[in-house]
Amino acid sequence: MSLWIDKYRPKELSKLDYHTEQAQHLKQLVDGGDFPHLLVTGPSGAGKKTRVVALLRQLYGPGTEKLRIEHQSVLTASKKKLEISTVASNYHLEVNPSDVGIHDRVVVQELIKTLASSHQLDTVGQRDFKVVVIVEADKLTKDAQHGLRRTMEKYMSTCRIILCANSTSKVIPAIRSRCLVVRVPAPTNEQIVSILQNICKKESLNLPIQLAEKIAVKSRRNLRRAILMCEACKVESYPFSSTQEVSLPDWEVFLRTTANMIVSEQSPNRLFEVRGRLYELLSHCVPTNAIFQGLLRELIQNVDGELKAEVTRLAAYHEHRLNLGSKAIYHLEAFVASFMALYKKFLEENMADMF
Amino acid sequence: MHAFLKTGKLGSGGKGAGGSGSLKTGTGSANTPKPWVEKYRPKKISDVAEQDDVVAVLSKTMNGADFPNLLFYGPPGTGKTSTILAAARELYGKDLFGQRVLELNASDERGIQVIRDKVKNFAQNSVSSTKPDGSPCPSFKLVILDEADSMTHAAQAALRRTMEKSSRTTRFCLICNYVSRIIEPLTSRCSKFRFRPLGVAILEERLRSICNTENVNISDEGISALIEVSEGDLRRAITALQSVARLQSGREIKEEHVYDITGAVPQTWLRGLIEACASGSYDKLSAFVDDLMAEGYAAAQILLQIHDCIVEEDNLRDVQKAAVCEKIAVCDHRLLEGGDEYLQIMDLSCCLMQNLTK
Ligand SMILES: Nc1ncnc2c1ncn2[C@@H]1O[C@H](COP(=O)(O)OP(=O)(O)O)[C@@H](O)[C@H]1O
Ligand SMILES: [Mg+2]
Repeated sequence: MSLWIDKYRPKELSKLDYHTEQAQHLKQLVDGGDFPHLLVTGPSGAGKKTRVVALLRQLYGPGTEKLRIEHQSVLTASKKKLEISTVASNYHLEVNPSDVGIHDRVVVQELIKTLASSHQLDTVGQRDFKVVVIVEADKLTKDAQHGLRRTMEKYMSTCRIILCANSTSKVIPAIRSRCLVVRVPAPTNEQIVSILQNICKKESLNLPIQLAEKIAVKSRRNLRRAILMCEACKVESYPFSSTQEVSLPDWEVFLRTTANMIVSEQSPNRLFEVRGRLYELLSHCVPTNAIFQGLLRELIQNVDGELKAEVTRLAAYHEHRLNLGSKAIYHLEAFVASFMALYKKFLEENMADMF
Repeated sequence: MHAFLKTGKLGSGGKGAGGSGSLKTGTGSANTPKPWVEKYRPKKISDVAEQDDVVAVLSKTMNGADFPNLLFYGPPGTGKTSTILAAARELYGKDLFGQRVLELNASDERGIQVIRDKVKNFAQNSVSSTKPDGSPCPSFKLVILDEADSMTHAAQAALRRTMEKSSRTTRFCLICNYVSRIIEPLTSRCSKFRFRPLGVAILEERLRSICNTENVNISDEGISALIEVSEGDLRRAITALQSVARLQSGREIKEEHVYDITGAVPQTWLRGLIEACASGSYDKLSAFVDDLMAEGYAAAQILLQIHDCIVEEDNLRDVQKAAVCEKIAVCDHRLLEGGDEYLQIMDLSCCLMQNLTK
């Protein structure tokens, strides 16, 4: 049995539930024939991938759904063998180059070159180009992005590239200049509510509007999260009640408890305990920026006024440094320690004022 | 091997990648619509706009003057690649182009070994100064190293030696965005040309002429918007134009349609952010930033545009503006180095809040 997020993923542009005008635009883009390279951006859970998959279907028909996973190996200049798995149909290929870390340039180039120089099987009614979908394009190294520049022009007649990214901030201008940027905003709370209700209707479930709204708010406009939470609610207790608790993902609960521990005691001993918990989060592959954001959101609740700005500044400072360093834990811990120092000082000063 | 690749010839690895690529671009049947950037790529050097210095020098060489080694640098979409390709085509004609020109770009392997072997072999032999049909042509070959800023320093050093040894038979043209990433011994051996961002008048003229040829229905504000968002990058302007033209399919293109596809943040969002800061409430601000990020606007773009707002903001004194602008610079730098978008925007907003409520 598949999860609701897969089961109810719209497959065609015309079936997309929101940003329907944009879907219409994409269809016109396909019909026009002179299809450009695309850079699809938007926050996670906004439905970028769904849109891209529907777009591919619009381009080539249902054949794009016959997917196979392939393991390719690519040789670097220094004869190092890289293994990468790709998902492909007869018409397109999807790859996440950040899987191979700093060697992403070689992989991207080899895949595109091989693809671009192989012809379409049957050209009747087909396009004379294939598509390479690059996910997490904002994680591409600068080296790989530079490598894409001329490639995108040179192989234009046989190959189009669709880059998916959370934001264009980390995509170099030379690449942006070669793409049509398609921004996919996250669905609004109302849109999420109506999507949840539709899904429940198809499952023959009765979803109270209050509960749907509660889930929408907790999802923070992330549709994937919302649908997962809704399905989890169903598993926990059905029939639904409008006052039912919406439980957050485990790691978020864990993070919240961690934040409470930081606020309730500031001492080397507590810092040591918190470190253990941070390790735990890291070992479960929770993205470090999500840890920072989560901690900040929780800690902020417990401080007031001027201090809020100061804590935000600390989070932004240490999260940035983490990206330059090699060990995440140092920077997470540094943030926690500097918060503790700040908070303790604040408490002591307030105490002093009271007497 | 993989069924996906069975559809045609396999592995371009063995062949000169540069060669196979340029063959490809030449084909492409006439009836398939071409992207306009390619369709309107300058065919002759006299078609190149704005870059008068380089056009003047290259035109002289067409009439027999000595052809120097060249280094083109400048921002994207200013005609660097187009210029050298057009020059090469004029020098050699279609037939000799494939034989006499070696184009290597960042997508080709260009480590030391390739420079030593491939470029050296190509550059070695001298060539005659007549075309097969007897008409004259230059007696040198041309190596184009596009996107040279992504070559390693070791490869650049190897190139320098190759360049010295083959100065009799071969000319080099290096192209890059950032000249600072090319080693000094190479830059000093080339005539350097900086490609300027294209001026407003030229952008307007090019865009209008494309609109005429392609029958695009666009308002004057639409054109101005294209010019504004392109920041002197003609490729970006043309790509944007073709996209809106396609999306509007015949309906008149207005300002907002252009802003829509270029990712520019609408003024209402920027005003909203400043108001949220001025409110002095952290919770309000945080909720607003959540919404702003959910709309999918890029943090770097927000910084760029908020900067303009700050400069004109009446409620800030000059010292305060300076403090906020410095913060913008810090956050922008951090973003480039991988900083989280939400955190950086929040950090900046808090700074703005402190200054607005003081
Ligand atoms: N100076 C220019 N004159 C005419 N067209 C230009 C000029 N600069 C850029 N273009 C247009 O922009 C496109 C990209 O130019 P290109 O030469 O590839 O830029 P780059 O400087 O990034 O190599 C061309 O196809 C052409 O349509
Ligand atoms: Mg170029």
